[in-house]
Formats: sequence, C-alpha cells, structure tokens
Amino acid sequence: MLKNRIIPCLDVKNGRVVKGINFVDLKDAGDPVEQAKIYSDGGADEICFLDITASNENRDTIYDVVEKTSKKCFVPLTVGGGVRSVEDINKLLNCGADKVSINTAAVENSKVVVDSSKKFGSQCIVVAIDAKKNGDKWEVFTHGGRNNSGIDALDYAEQMEKNGAGELLVTSMDRDGTQVGYDIDLMSKISSKVNIPVIASGGVGNLDHLVDGIKLGKASAVLAASIFHYGKHSLKEAKEYLDSKGIPVRI
Amino acid sequence: MNVTIVDYKSGNISSVINSFKEVVKDKVTIEVTSDLNKIKSSDKVVLPGQGSFKSCVDALNKIKGLTDTLNEFAIANKKPLLGICVGLQMFADVGYEETETKGLGWISGKVLKIDNQNGKYKLPHIGWNQINIVKDSKIFKDIENNSHMYFVHSYEIVPNDKEVISATTDYSSNIVCSVEKENIFGTQFHPEKSDRIGLKIIDNFINL
Repeated sequence: MLKNRIIPCLDVKNGRVVKGINFVDLKDAGDPVEQAKIYSDGGADEICFLDITASNENRDTIYDVVEKTSKKCFVPLTVGGGVRSVEDINKLLNCGADKVSINTAAVENSKVVVDSSKKFGSQCIVVAIDAKKNGDKWEVFTHGGRNNSGIDALDYAEQMEKNGAGELLVTSMDRDGTQVGYDIDLMSKISSKVNIPVIASGGVGNLDHLVDGIKLGKASAVLAASIFHYGKHSLKEAKEYLDSKGIPVRI
Repeated sequence: MNVTIVDYKSGNISSVINSFKEVVKDKVTIEVTSDLNKIKSSDKVVLPGQGSFKSCVDALNKIKGLTDTLNEFAIANKKPLLGICVGLQMFADVGYEETETKGLGWISGKVLKIDNQNGKYKLPHIGWNQINIVKDSKIFKDIENNSHMYFVHSYEIVPNDKEVISATTDYSSNIVCSVEKENIFGTQFHPEKSDRIGLKIIDNFINL
C-alpha cells in the first residue's frame, strides 16, 4: 500500500535555514545540510528546500546547499524558490535535487512547466501554488506571496496538471506561519480536481493538523516546517501518531 | 572492480551517482560515461532512466553503437546489469508512453500505463510503497520482505514470462517492481532514493 508522506520543509535564505511567519519576520535556525541529514536519519519521507526570498536575490548559495545535501541524504530532495527557467531546473537537478518546484515562473510562463516536464519528466516537476482566499475562491500569488495574479487556484491547478506537473505543492497563504492548521477546504477542493498527488502546506501547528491534511484535505503528502524545526515534535512521533489514526505511513 | 553508470543524457542521474559513490566509498571505481569502450571493459553496468520511455530510448539510440554495446555486455557476455526505473522498463520489447516505441527486448513483454481505475488512484504513483519479494533475487540479500522503497512512475513493465518477476508492489493493481533474469536486474523503484535499505540493494548489486 502506498504510504502518505511527511515532508519536513526547510526555508533557506542565503544558505541558511529560516522560518517565515506569513513570509516575513525571519528567524535563523541553522545549517540546511545538517538539518536535512537529521531529518533524513529521523525518517523523513522526503526533504524540501524552499529558497524563499530567492526571486529577488542572488541565489547561487542554494546550489552549494543542494550539492552537499544530496551527498548525505538518500531520500528524495525537492528544491524550489526562484526557479525561473528550464536552465535553472537543469542546474538544480545536476546539483542533486530530485524534484524542482516552480512557483512564479509557472504563472508567468506556462511554457516552463510544459518544456521542463517534457525534458526531465513530470516526476521531477512540482508546481507550487501559493493561494489566498478571496471571497468564495482562492487566488494564486507569486513572488513569495507578494503579488496577486488574480488567477483562480482551482482552475490553475487543473491547468498545471495538463501542462505536465507531476505533483502540486499547495500552500495556503492565509494559514502559513499561523499554526492553526491547513486550509482543508482548499486542499480537498484541489485534490479532488486533479489526478496528480497534492502536497498540503501552510499552517501546521500540531500533529492533528497532519492527520486532517490527509484525511480531510485528501492530500497525498503533508509538508511542515516549524513543528519539526524547533523540536516540538520529532518525525518519529508524527509518524506514530498518524499510524495510530489509521493513516498508512512508512515506519 | 569498476562499475559504469551509463550517462546517455536522459534525465537526472546525480542521485544515482551519489548513492553508488556512498556505497562503494573508495573500493570500487564508479565511471559515469557513455564511452563504449569503457562500458565494454566494465565489470558491471547501471542503466538509469528518467522521463518517458520514448525519450529514454531515443536518447540511447542517439549515441551511436550504445545499444549494440549494451546488448553485447548484457546478452552476449552476460555481465551484470542493473536497470533503474525507465532503465528497467527499457528491457521490454515495446513501450506505449507518448507513442509505441521499441525497447531493448531483453525481457519479453510490454510497458503499459498503470490502470488508475478511472481516476480512483492518482498518477504518478509517487512515494513509499512496500515490496512483496516473490523470488529470491540476489539483489534482495538481507532485504526484508515488505520493505519500503521509493517509487515515482506512471507506467509499469508487464513481462510475458512471470518467472522473471522478483518483486511486486500493491497500488491500483499488483505492479511488477523488480525483475531478475540471469545477469539482468531491474528495479522500478529508486534504490538510490530509498534510504539505507535502498543503499543495501545497491551494495548487493556491487557485491554480486
């Protein structure tokens, strides 16, 4: 039976791990390579690096981080943030990333998703959707949550599947950093709309939120940062808890 | 001993390289190349593969003489070869991803899209799934039955001769995830991304 995945996410800025509260107020919390190794040894099903402010900054430090991490971690490594082009994707994959998540570039130029999934295969193309609620719908934001594209998130999700995305990483901007739980409504609506796996992100504050993301949000995988990051819970605890709630996990 | 990872410019093989280097430390030389002479003189060959069946076959064919060299290595000389993911799929006679494409024909059978039961199951089949070991394959030495491996694929190999199947995994159907035919080994899952247990499979292949 296929297991639901727990993915610790490390937000990286200038080669250092940080965690954003609604994408601002960054705190420094360590070396990404060491952190990733701790997670992979602790049973992480996958590791995610998001170079959060990279759209506007020099991002070469991430390549070095990815290269070092991939020599130490033998579980899948997803890297995103500031990925603009097929060439950026190529470079990250060559450094040892297994998947690349594309956010702003996928909104601005759908060819990037089409071309990269053809070139490298859908299995390594994750489209990251930052969505914020507006009335009874959700809109897609770009540039680390700074710009509203006005695009409907559900329609967009469907389009990205057609364009060749292998997975969708859906972040609720309303919930990110709040620790009040995933936006279940958003996750379940997108997950029901597409046939590719959805990774739920944004808002995890306790282990029940992970359970809800899978059971109610219908996500294939749950991504979380701060609950693991500051030692509030270990991955082992999280997996045992999900298992006790009847969710299939790799233990 | 030297082991060659065939670099035929199809998909991302850095994880495969990293994992083999981790396993062998400095005891075995790992070559990453499409140089025909180097492949011929290798003790073992690893054939990775990412992307579509067609794109991988096309990429193999683009390198003049590569398919013949692989045939000579694996079929004529019967030296150990490990195919990973699409690398395994290419062992089949034919694949149907994008369009009908001829494979290497080492294992009689087809590569078909996984039946997702009208959308009931998501595709690709991504994540950790357990393997049911159905044959005592040499690469499964000290690997417990029902171990978790990392998968990411939408197509599956369907061999005509079920005897070659060494492991299956349960998803929307029972999917063949490992084969062994004499000196030819293949895994649909990614041992290079399957944590310590995956590295053990690589170690087993190295130590054949």
